[in-house]
Amino acid sequence: MKELLIRGRVWVLLGADGKLIEDIDTDQIFHNAHLHITDIAQMGAYALGNLEGWTDFPKKCAPGDIIVAGRNFGAGSSRQQAVDCFSALGVAAILAPSFSAIYFRNAVNSGFPVLRAPALEAPAASKKLESGDTVEADAAAGRGRILRGNVPFTLEPMSSVQLDIFQAGNLFAFGRGRA
Amino acid sequence: MGATVIEKIIQAHSRDEAAAGRIVWMDLDVRSARDFGGPNVVKNYEREYGSAPPADARKTLFTFDLCAPACTLKYADNQQLCREFARKHGISVFDVDRGIGSHVMIEEGLARAGGTVVGTDSHMNILGAVGCFGQGMGDVDIAFAFRTGRTWFEVPPTVRVVLKGMPAPGSGAKDLILFLCRTLGTSAIALAAAEFTGEAARALDLAGRITLCSMVTEMAGIIGFIPGDGLAPDPDARYRDVIEVDVSGLTPQVAAPPSPNSVKDLADLSGIRIDSGFIGSCTNGRIEDFARAAAVLRGRKVRDGVMLKVVPATRRVYEEILRTGILATLFASGAIVLNPGCGGCAEGHAGLTGKGEVEISTGNRNFPGKQGKGPVYLASPEVVAASCIRGEIGGPEGL
Repeated sequence: MKELLIRGRVWVLLGADGKLIEDIDTDQIFHNAHLHITDIAQMGAYALGNLEGWTDFPKKCAPGDIIVAGRNFGAGSSRQQAVDCFSALGVAAILAPSFSAIYFRNAVNSGFPVLRAPALEAPAASKKLESGDTVEADAAAGRGRILRGNVPFTLEPMSSVQLDIFQAGNLFAFGRGRA
Repeated sequence: MGATVIEKIIQAHSRDEAAAGRIVWMDLDVRSARDFGGPNVVKNYEREYGSAPPADARKTLFTFDLCAPACTLKYADNQQLCREFARKHGISVFDVDRGIGSHVMIEEGLARAGGTVVGTDSHMNILGAVGCFGQGMGDVDIAFAFRTGRTWFEVPPTVRVVLKGMPAPGSGAKDLILFLCRTLGTSAIALAAAEFTGEAARALDLAGRITLCSMVTEMAGIIGFIPGDGLAPDPDARYRDVIEVDVSGLTPQVAAPPSPNSVKDLADLSGIRIDSGFIGSCTNGRIEDFARAAAVLRGRKVRDGVMLKVVPATRRVYEEILRTGILATLFASGAIVLNPGCGGCAEGHAGLTGKGEVEISTGNRNFPGKQGKGPVYLASPEVVAASCIRGEIGGPEGL
């Protein structure tokens, strides 16, 4: 069993208005100018490369870090690179109130933890959750905690298929298990 | 329990119970990949499955539409990688001459009412216009679909969107969908299928239906359908929501940067100076779209200093505008008419905007950086044509 308790330093994607940035689209996450790249290891350098205020993210991010973003994260295109670029950097998970449908599937299928956590909008807006804080999230139980101030929050637990694919590693490994 | 359109289509392709919220295994009638996504599909496939054959080569295909013909070495390499994989496995390639994959699949009858089609194109859901469940997916999903012919899917809930009344003359499908983006945003139909009903939806021809369904993605929806003969929900189908939108007397709409949902009345944006225009894309790349643009441009000239790019959706559309004289009209007005594909909307063979270059486009996205560095406004073919004549955003009236 893979560990379902994720713990790491967070990067809170706030906009100029001090709130979580909503509708971050795949061209802001991984610009179409780099779509010819097929080697995952090369993708990390372009993560959030077109998101104003966050273009230096690949330099700041360390393996094990967690991203907190606004609702409808990953809007736009079907490009897998928009998930893989975070895997390449070793990002442990992305937490957002909601994700675009295609983005969510892409993440689930590659075994990358994406967790729906609408409850983080308020602490992010009130600075109870800031970049540099440490967060714990239990993807199976649907519970999380901001360590500073010991603030608990709820999140949507992984669905059975998300959990199964995550445990298998990715969709391919999961498919082999079923065959 | 009655079923919605999406529940019926998925149920016909699954042994699991296809009710909203359920996760089912679904058979796929067509599984496809483009020149973007395609090379990663091949890479995933060969790493995971070696030289094992796809589940059914006849139901598996490539469409090269993003960078056609390849204008960079990387795309040339990637397309050739897909071609060689296709030859090895006996898979069809609709190559760089054919145009936008989803449109080619409609023309070829591969996307049919009640069917299921997946591909590496987030606007594959335009196939809802012909009653087909089309869905864009990433390269992991598609490689798995190539090999197995199926995928898992969470059956989405459905929202019925009732369009009340008819738009004003001079407003069309693009104004309808931009107005829906404006009023419904990215929440109302998020992660749901939409069923568009009402006279304004039913009255649309195929081109208009494609336009309407193409921007469901921009509202964070899964797919849109226009229920009708042979594609009707059960009377007791369950909906997440029923939303009425009054479109009576609707005037032309324009999306301003930075997103397709920041939509205003054309009148409120008129007068903004433009540098370039684009007519095409999977949203507005049919012959009907170019006919509307040509009606505005006939006998007139694109203003000096303004560049108008025209990209037909497919080779068949290209042939039709050639045969009917529409192409000659567009050419005479000063437009640059390029070969079919996704160019002009995505990065590709029709070029990008430079920093500060203001573009008005019939495409479906104007997120920062999508078409280059310049700000992009989204509008109907008539408004783009008129704006290119004026050199500033404006409609055809008074030209």
